[in-house]
Amino acid sequence: MAQESKNGLEVIPRDSAKIKKIWMTALILLVVTAVEFLLAFTMERGMLLYIIFIVLTIVKAKYIMMEFMHLGEEAKPLFYSIIVPLIFLIWLIIALFKEGSDIFLMRW
Amino acid sequence: MSSTAIEIQSKRGVWGGGNEPLKASYGKLMMWFFLLSDIFTFTAFLITYGAIRVSYPAYGGEVADFVSSNEYWPIPEMIFDAIPFVHGGHFPLVFVGLMTFILILSSVTMVLAVEAGHRNDKKDVVKWMLWTLLGGITFLSCQAWEWTHFIHGTDEGAMLTYVNSFNNVVSETVYGANLLVNEYGPAPFAQLFFFITGFHGFHVTIGVFLLFLAFYQAAVGVYEERGHYEMIEKIGLYWHFVDLVWVFVFTFFYLI
Repeated sequence: MAQESKNGLEVIPRDSAKIKKIWMTALILLVVTAVEFLLAFTMERGMLLYIIFIVLTIVKAKYIMMEFMHLGEEAKPLFYSIIVPLIFLIWLIIALFKEGSDIFLMRW
Repeated sequence: MSSTAIEIQSKRGVWGGGNEPLKASYGKLMMWFFLLSDIFTFTAFLITYGAIRVSYPAYGGEVADFVSSNEYWPIPEMIFDAIPFVHGGHFPLVFVGLMTFILILSSVTMVLAVEAGHRNDKKDVVKWMLWTLLGGITFLSCQAWEWTHFIHGTDEGAMLTYVNSFNNVVSETVYGANLLVNEYGPAPFAQLFFFITGFHGFHVTIGVFLLFLAFYQAAVGVYEERGHYEMIEKIGLYWHFVDLVWVFVFTFFYLI
């Protein structure tokens, strides 16, 4: 099956285990999305539902970054230089939500 | 680790650029740092959505009795309930769920193209790039429909009292949405919809251009000539990121 192109770039045959893993990840992402969709109509809206949504979203984000973008296979310093700066966002969330709820108290 | 074999020419020493910091090529490294900066832009948008949302009262009644008003923040599943070809139906989140599926599937075909690129398999790369390209175009078309519907609004509209652009307080039936007033909720609701999904759609548009470029270059054999398919990998990173952002937009804009 290993054919060669005209300038000698060797074509490596498909590794079905690898391809299967990609489709498995796809299946997980689609199932998680379907679960979110179902929960949106079966559970009562409230803090618990929002937390479940956020957790499921982070699960999906993890699969996309690790399996599709192969971030886990990069060198460790590169991995951390992408992940660690995200802690700044925690402060942004706290600050802006405080700001938003204070505006609410002033307005209503 | 990158499975793409990129020969470092032995003639170039470490000081001549013959070095790969973090074991990733220059292009991939810079793509990652660009994406990091883009993560900040998009999270700033989404956190702003959250902050503005909590500054408005929440809708208090039963979900089924929801009537839109600019006094409180709307429930997204009651707003995004239209699908093409069915006039005036109530299909909450069906269309946006379909869009999510399309984008995730195009992300899958993209990762298959990247995998084929690692194997130098031109035929597979071209095939999967074409599927990814089609997925991207389909998603953009869906978004165009979604925007059109959002701007034109429902048949009923909503009776609202608001301050118009001439600074007069008016009470009238409002149809659809613009940046000043919308029938769904407070003005920032439509503003945020336009800015967040618009900025994401802008990224998808650029992504479709890049996908076409990569598809074309792979098909005519540019990468084969070059000896590696790293460009597919870099554009793949960008495309997965677009999918990643949509996952968050879906949760924070449409579900919560």
